[in-house]
Amino acid sequence: MISVKNEALSSREYRGVQQIVGPLIIVDRIHNVGFNELVEIRTSGGEEKLGLVLEAGEGMAVVQVFEGTTGLSLPDTSVRFRGEALKVPVGKEMLGRVFDGVGRPVDGGPRPIADERWDVNGVPVNPTARTYPKKFIQTGISAIDGMNTLVRGQKLPVFSGAGLPHNKVTAQIVRQAKIVGEDVSFAIVFAAMGVKHDVARYFIDNFQQTGVLENVVLFLSLADAPSVERLMTPRTALTIAEYLAFRENMHVLVIMTDMTNYCEALREISTVRGEIPSRKSYPGYLYSDLASLYERAGMVEQSTGSITQVPILTMPNDDISHPVPDLTGYITEGQIVLERELAQRGIYPPIAGLPSLSRLMKDGIGPGMTREDHAHIASQLFAAYAKVKDVRALASVIGEEELTPLDNLYIKYGEAFEQQFLSQREDEERSIEQTLDLGWQVISLLPKEELQRITEEELVKYYGK
Amino acid sequence: MYKVIGIVDRVLGPVVHARDVVHAQMLELVEVGEERLIGEIVKLQGNRISIQVYEDTTGLAPGASVYGSGMPLSVELGPGLIGSIYDGVQRPLETIKHRAGQFIPRGIKLPSLDRERRWPFTPAVRQKDAVSGGQILGTVPETQRILHKILIPPGLSGSIVDIKPEGEYTVDTEIAVVRTAQGDRPVRMFHPWPVRRGRPIKARLPSDTPLITGQRVIDTLFPVAKGGTVAVPGGFGTGKTMVEHQVAKWSDADVVVYIGCGERGNEMTDVLQEFPHLIDPRSGRPLMERTVLIANTSNMPVAAREASIYTGITLAEYFRDQGYHVAIMADSTSRWAEALRELSGRMEEMPAEEGFPAYLPTRLAEFYERAGMVETLAGEKGSITIIGAVSPPGGDFSEPVTQHTKRFIRAFWALDRDLANARHYPAISWLDSYSEYIDDVTPWWTREGDPEWPRFRHEILDLLQKESRLQQVVKLVGADVLPDTQRLILEVCSLFKNTFLQQSAFDKVDMYSTVPKQVKMLKIIVMFYRWGLDAIQKGATLLKLRKMKVVSDIMRMKFSVANEETEKLDALAGRLEREMRRLGEIYDISEK
Repeated sequence: MISVKNEALSSREYRGVQQIVGPLIIVDRIHNVGFNELVEIRTSGGEEKLGLVLEAGEGMAVVQVFEGTTGLSLPDTSVRFRGEALKVPVGKEMLGRVFDGVGRPVDGGPRPIADERWDVNGVPVNPTARTYPKKFIQTGISAIDGMNTLVRGQKLPVFSGAGLPHNKVTAQIVRQAKIVGEDVSFAIVFAAMGVKHDVARYFIDNFQQTGVLENVVLFLSLADAPSVERLMTPRTALTIAEYLAFRENMHVLVIMTDMTNYCEALREISTVRGEIPSRKSYPGYLYSDLASLYERAGMVEQSTGSITQVPILTMPNDDISHPVPDLTGYITEGQIVLERELAQRGIYPPIAGLPSLSRLMKDGIGPGMTREDHAHIASQLFAAYAKVKDVRALASVIGEEELTPLDNLYIKYGEAFEQQFLSQREDEERSIEQTLDLGWQVISLLPKEELQRITEEELVKYYGK
Repeated sequence: MYKVIGIVDRVLGPVVHARDVVHAQMLELVEVGEERLIGEIVKLQGNRISIQVYEDTTGLAPGASVYGSGMPLSVELGPGLIGSIYDGVQRPLETIKHRAGQFIPRGIKLPSLDRERRWPFTPAVRQKDAVSGGQILGTVPETQRILHKILIPPGLSGSIVDIKPEGEYTVDTEIAVVRTAQGDRPVRMFHPWPVRRGRPIKARLPSDTPLITGQRVIDTLFPVAKGGTVAVPGGFGTGKTMVEHQVAKWSDADVVVYIGCGERGNEMTDVLQEFPHLIDPRSGRPLMERTVLIANTSNMPVAAREASIYTGITLAEYFRDQGYHVAIMADSTSRWAEALRELSGRMEEMPAEEGFPAYLPTRLAEFYERAGMVETLAGEKGSITIIGAVSPPGGDFSEPVTQHTKRFIRAFWALDRDLANARHYPAISWLDSYSEYIDDVTPWWTREGDPEWPRFRHEILDLLQKESRLQQVVKLVGADVLPDTQRLILEVCSLFKNTFLQQSAFDKVDMYSTVPKQVKMLKIIVMFYRWGLDAIQKGATLLKLRKMKVVSDIMRMKFSVANEETEKLDALAGRLEREMRRLGEIYDISEK
């Protein structure tokens, strides 16, 4: 329970609520309640719950209850308005601890001694105070480093589907991510929303094995927790992340899984409130709401820390045009898309060649950062792989025997690209040089004339080497 | 100036309702609560009003006061706009940073134009001169590139009774006094203007000059005239923002207003950090010296996003009124439409398609109609070109914002997912895009480019259409069965796509192409087809054509020939002709 006694002055307690609808309660005969204010609710049995004011009217308020309204009764529920937005304690003490979705410890340990309490909603960063992310993070995964480079301060989600190894890929990123030639304090903030216990377990075990657990803050709002709590989980997690990054100057990697569950909780509340639905019944403000989370990644002036976000979401029915991946893609700086077909062919990591993208790649690669040939070889690998897809489509109609010799080379390149370049072991960490050399190795299966995106000098230096 | 006009009785996120209201006007600027959050009255009903608030309303409670300003939401127009970055309601973000740090606090109020800075002013009128609204009172060299013309506010006319001599003044100095029928009126170096009202003009003019963007696929295939309107729709990751950035950087507009509407903060930072270092090839000055930025990033309050489009277009109109050609980029209009939808929903209005309010098309039309080539009140020629990005959900162009936008624009640069996936940028589809300005700008191109330009352009578009049909066949049976004359079409189109349409935004040579370079490159590729067809008909094979030494030079000409040395392209065309003729001759002789 977050409670700071000396703030009791501003809080007002009322007994009895007028109406309970799903996760919402409507309280009347009240006075001076503000929008988005934190609410404490106590049942007749003495159970405490938290909520937020969604609508403030004269003498009434609509409150969403994070833990659900089970067990609440109209006359016996007491409601206390706290006179402030939801704030969470922040501090370095929180590293190595486990919390629930609204920041209460669930690891049996004591409440952390907070340095400060910060508003979970955050404050928008002034665009003029941002530092443009440019530092290459080596993940050791060729498909990411070579073709969809992650940079520090980026928000790069993993678009996955049910049954695809997004957790393995993310865990591998967490294990291997580093800035080459730099040794600095880093932290991981992990927010689980509506995922199963074993998924959380998998990550915790992983953190333990790599020995980073004392640098991790976990926020767990698992599948059996009330759905409304999920709305607060990423906000709480990002608030801690902001503290660690911008106050303590740490490099923070934020993993949020699964964003689809978060959006569903949002839809649930919206529907209960009778708001006008937009696509697939998600509220019209889904974009703004997601942006208020994703935009909290980045770097700011006067602070050497950074927040890099890797949200994970499962695309319902593998549909990338579903509102959740679609709006996410519009906000984030690229996406790592996992492909079922590759996974079924036993290729790990099954990172789709074409739809994956890193928008900040252009600024994080090249001489001095990775290698001078990086941009061109990456572009050429993409272009050639796009051609492979065409040739394969053709081959499925006319048969491989009928293909021209050049088309056959493309088929060979496609195989090599998937089996040698994309594919790697879960514990295999490739340096960026290894990745680029591997890229040259597979592209050299194609004749030089086909490589229009590469300069003469690069061909001389790397082709067929 | 502000007085209490009502009491808040309901807070619903960015929409606030108030009761017991006296003296409120529609679209009046108000301040709400102790924190004095800025808002605008959007609905009046009896003694009740609805306000859209431009800041986060957390903690705002019923009972708070509403303060009326008696005037509509306005922007300040005067020297100091260029090179600035503002939020959606023209608050100066740079100044806010110095005052409040990295984050944007609520309720902060700072003048949009720097009140301290002194500007060198040169008067252009004398005492007793008769003046009227829109007339030029004097000039201020705002940047080395932009001579800022101080205008008499529209609606004011009379005779000058006092004018300050040449010298340095701050923006709020009274530099002139105009005697009007209603008495003497002071005129400052800046004046306010309500954002939702278009600034008056003398007349609309037809436009026959293209806005040269330096992007080959745009200028050559789908040009836009100065004063035109364009929509750039595309799913996520197809490169809308890159197209907008490229046009902002390399177009030949005098002033660029860039509105980041509900997009990423890092993109604005990118512009802020990159533009001061990029040199405009035409003036030799940093690009920032002609750019104004409006940033309402996606995590900033949604109501200010709705206003940001109007703020941007009003600034554009002000520079147009000074006789400049202005290009305005709105990235993205879909986020603006969504803000409209969100506010409409909170006001419990009846929704139309996909939850958007029924007045969406009206609002879109109002915005795009503020573009155009005009004669200003001062009798000069100025224009506003609007390039609006559209972000259709799921990349599906049949959604309401794309469809309604299409009714009010005349050029359409459709971004294609498959092209983007193959990293073919700019991913502007040559099959789905169109430009209705082509007839308007053709005379210009034949005059400034090449008399044959319309024919070249038509020929290449025709080949692209043929190619797309041939590709259907190829997909079924492979390219091998086609005769060499048809495979030549595939070859030429592939060459055209790779060397001409694809343009690298990061390559120092390729990032923009001048008109002569574009025309000559186009010509070489068209000639490759004509001469190649001739050679094949004489008996040469496509394989021989492909193996010509000149081909690899053509393939790399966009990188190897700088904009200043297009004569190298003439030499390349000459070599192509010679090699082709030689090829044709071999076969001609062997047949005989």
